[in-house]
Amino acid sequence: MSEVFDILTSAGLWAAVLRIATPLIFGTLGALLCERSGVLNLGIEGIMTFGAMIGWLAVYNGADLWTGLLVAAICGGIFGFLHSVLTVTLGLSQHVSGLGVTLFASSFSYYVFRLMVPVAGTPPTVEPFQPVDIPLLTSLPFFGDAFFSQTAPTYVAIVTAVVLAYVIFRTPLGLAIRMTGENPHAAEAQGINPLAVRYGCVIAGSALMGVAGAFLTLSAFNSFFPTMVQGRGWICIALVVFASWKPSRALLGALLFSFFDGFQVRLQTVLSGSVPYQLFLMMPYILSIAALAFMARHARVPQALMKPFRRGER
Amino acid sequence: MTEVALEIRSVSKRFGRIVANDNISLSVGKGEIVALLGENGAGKTTLMNILFGHYVPDQGSVTVLGQELPHGSPRAAIQAGVGMVHQHFSLAPNLTVLENVMTGTQNLWSVRSETAKAREKLLALSERFGLQVSPEARLGDLSVGEQQRVEILKALYNDARILVLDEPTAVLTNIEAARMFATLKDMARQGLSLIFISHKLDEVMATADRIFVLRDGKSVAERKVGDTNKAELAELMVGRQVTRPVRDASNPGSVVFQAENISIIRDGIERLKSVGFYLREGEILGVIGVSGNGQADLAQLLSGTARRNGGTMNIFGEAVGDLSVAQTIALGIGRIPEDRNHEGAIGEMAIWENAILERLGEYSSKGFVDRKKGMAFAKRVVDEFDVRGGGPSSRTRLLSGGNMQKMILGRNLVEPKRILVAAQPARGLDEGAVAAVHERILEARRKGAAVLLISEDLDEVMALADRIQAIVGGRLSPPVQAEKTDSRQLGLMMSGEWSGVEEADAL
Repeated sequence: MSEVFDILTSAGLWAAVLRIATPLIFGTLGALLCERSGVLNLGIEGIMTFGAMIGWLAVYNGADLWTGLLVAAICGGIFGFLHSVLTVTLGLSQHVSGLGVTLFASSFSYYVFRLMVPVAGTPPTVEPFQPVDIPLLTSLPFFGDAFFSQTAPTYVAIVTAVVLAYVIFRTPLGLAIRMTGENPHAAEAQGINPLAVRYGCVIAGSALMGVAGAFLTLSAFNSFFPTMVQGRGWICIALVVFASWKPSRALLGALLFSFFDGFQVRLQTVLSGSVPYQLFLMMPYILSIAALAFMARHARVPQALMKPFRRGER
Repeated sequence: MTEVALEIRSVSKRFGRIVANDNISLSVGKGEIVALLGENGAGKTTLMNILFGHYVPDQGSVTVLGQELPHGSPRAAIQAGVGMVHQHFSLAPNLTVLENVMTGTQNLWSVRSETAKAREKLLALSERFGLQVSPEARLGDLSVGEQQRVEILKALYNDARILVLDEPTAVLTNIEAARMFATLKDMARQGLSLIFISHKLDEVMATADRIFVLRDGKSVAERKVGDTNKAELAELMVGRQVTRPVRDASNPGSVVFQAENISIIRDGIERLKSVGFYLREGEILGVIGVSGNGQADLAQLLSGTARRNGGTMNIFGEAVGDLSVAQTIALGIGRIPEDRNHEGAIGEMAIWENAILERLGEYSSKGFVDRKKGMAFAKRVVDEFDVRGGGPSSRTRLLSGGNMQKMILGRNLVEPKRILVAAQPARGLDEGAVAAVHERILEARRKGAAVLLISEDLDEVMALADRIQAIVGGRLSPPVQAEKTDSRQLGLMMSGEWSGVEEADAL
């Protein structure tokens, strides 16, 4: 038991939790924004992969790190536009279109990567984001190491959650988005263009997904592998449900999942030998499913989610 | 002549080869209530959608308060002061009342929703027009009547001067409807102009100042309410004289169904409280009451979808337990469900499939559906019950409400049934279809069926039923003989007052 206590009180665990959570926060917020307007975006896994690749590639070719994030956001937005054309304008199945975007974006990432970067034994690297030194806070004992020695994008992720919560619940635009996700015909009857709202949300949400991917190659690691997103996109889709479509809870959910993940990695080293480590790898997913089942039962799903909007049809 | 608030001039609209509106003109004065009367498919809703900018007319113009509206812009219509209350509400059940009302009323790019100001305005409007709502309630938790109030308030919140209501009473109970019309009259007194679309003659006569009658996309008449009567309007609306069928003298046979002390508890609420009734061959028992008083459970009891918590049932003289759906069908119980779109038919399936679905076993051999036999049956239903708008293989969704109801009646009654359960059989149908449905039910009675008619329409029950029981809060009144009662007594019974009721001859 004392080992578990040691893990929980180590600053390293808490620093890792925030680091693991960052791409999940960006991705979950992006998926949440899409779904609030009534569009499920299963393109997230592929968009994250493409964001990871293109952000890294930009920096590898001499752009600075923030420009790398921006390029990833723009490319994410372009895939969002593609998904919007298919699901909003043409009204195709959001599942099928989303999976199509994921398959296309993932393979396309690898293709571009191979075109631009020659095959090498060890993958090329870039100089990633460094932890930000915050006066006073970073030098605090324990808390400094645990919470205030993160890279800048992590803080941006947390601020984004707060901003998105404000926009969705406190502004006329947010109300228009929620109304579009609940009943686009009602939104139209009040003079709002539901198609425009959906386009905007899917493009902005996909941009956030692009940033989520780029964090992996520009902050968490420093190189790109085609399989590096490793299902994080799907975790984000589940976290949206866990969060009941609320940004504040999305933040909480991402941190909770990351806590399980960070904890199991450390538990492996303590209990190695007695238990196969694969068991620990499963742990965060099992706990997530349990938490999801518990939390999501009373969630109020946006009523028009996955329902295409056509003018004059009910 | 008072000031003109709205003028529609020679509007025409075609959908393919169908002329929905043919050169229609109408005007509404300030503070006036105008009714737009017509059967389903007469073009009423199309005209109002043109007024509201949902559709672009092929020709004609719409002028609101002296200003011509651009075509096809709901936004311009809202800004000019036109408010629309749709038949199917345009509301979001997961949002609060206030959120529903204030959506889109502020510049989308403002950094803050002015919630406090909006709440004040909403409460002021609700006070002024007597439309009680609580701004923070979740819309989905409200009753249908309350939701309609929200819909009206939403239009008023946008400073509507002209309010259009599309079949406002279609989803309301009688009491809610009466309250709503009182509110509308009050609004007109306060200077608002109102147009309401309807095919119900009673409410039109009771509420409107002027009446425009549409038929087949044409404007066929304009009448002041004092210069016309129900019979004339009915004829104008249908284009021929419609008479509802008359019930001939009853000649009841033996008792085929008897229920005693039936209780049903659903979702922890006692829906039926120790009720008893019986059905006789060749007789119609009418159960009258405001929706939501246990009618649904009563119908389910005989349809095989309810579980009893107490009481006994006898069918054809034999005691039975809870019926399954298969058993009710095998016993020859015909069922006309209350909600024909959700329970009565599957819209995406063909008419012939819907016609045989409940007796699929009889229409299949060796594990395959006998399509030929099914089609032949559906052909009989379509021919004998005059189902118009499609043949056996067209999709059921394309039928109008009246024709879908005729199909459901037909599938139950082509072969004579011993018992028929008809729940709100004429709800939402237009005058011609109501007459047809009533005729069929009376015909079943003539052929010896025992009919349980559940309805909230007093006229319908008085016209069809031989014996009448009222249902209130899950309790049934003792039966009264139709000849020995009147609407006043039935009204009292519907409100739960049946102490002085003279019982029909006991068994």
